Amino acid sequence: MSLFSIFDVAGSGMSAQSVRLNVVASNLANADNVSGSEAEAYRAKQPVFEAIYASARNDQSDISGVRVASISESGAPVQARYMPGNPLADKNGYVYGSNVNSIEEMVNMISASRSYQNDVEVMNTSKEMLLRTLTLGD
Amino acid sequence: MAINLEEALGVHVQALSLRAQRAQLLATNIANADTPNYKAVDIDFKTALSKAQSGELPLTVTGANHIQAGRGAGSQFPLMYRVPLQPALDGNTVDTQMEQAEFTRNAVQHQASLMFLSNRIRDILYAIKGA
Repeated sequence: MSLFSIFDVAGSGMSAQSVRLNVVASNLANADNVSGSEAEAYRAKQPVFEAIYASARNDQSDISGVRVASISESGAPVQARYMPGNPLADKNGYVYGSNVNSIEEMVNMISASRSYQNDVEVMNTSKEMLLRTLTLGD
Repeated sequence: MAINLEEALGVHVQALSLRAQRAQLLATNIANADTPNYKAVDIDFKTALSKAQSGELPLTVTGANHIQAGRGAGSQFPLMYRVPLQPALDGNTVDTQMEQAEFTRNAVQHQASLMFLSNRIRDILYAIKGA
């Protein structure tokens, strides 16, 4: 019965959004990281979503939810700061900060939380529909 | 006079089943609200219901030996892509607010179908018991 599969669909949406929230938390927590070389600097991460297909036919009528396909790293330049006193500084006295944009991350966080709420709402409504169907004919 | 159960329950059986399937489609749209290149889909309820009633909706057959069933509210109905009001840069066409509204409307209509069905069942029980 397709009402039951709504739980899977909304559940997949909720878990995808929570991964996104997780990534945002990681980005915000590492926003002030510094490291000794450009390659080691923390780069902002971003999940990439993808629709799940129920069968191999891959057409639109088979879509049943969403998942995180991959987590991509931001290609924005990392900022070098002149801090000769920092124990991590390289031989020229530079440390490399992260390329996390806090404003972007906050916007992302709000968007993820709203989408999560939408999925919860869908789940609640479906539960209501199912429970009412169960009492059919009473 | 014999009671034909299918006729006694009327269109509501098919309507209920279609409502449930539409709910799934809308839930999928909402779940994929942030998926790049996802295109929102929906069914035209009127067409789907009339097809379900006339038994035109085919079952999904995956093999040459599978038998097409006649009547029954559907497994495959014509899906239609939504025309986005405000296309997004990432190719996603889900308008969350609209999908939410449609989902709620569908839930209410599902409940209405249930109520009609409930009343029909009560009528039949009344006819059987006579009190």
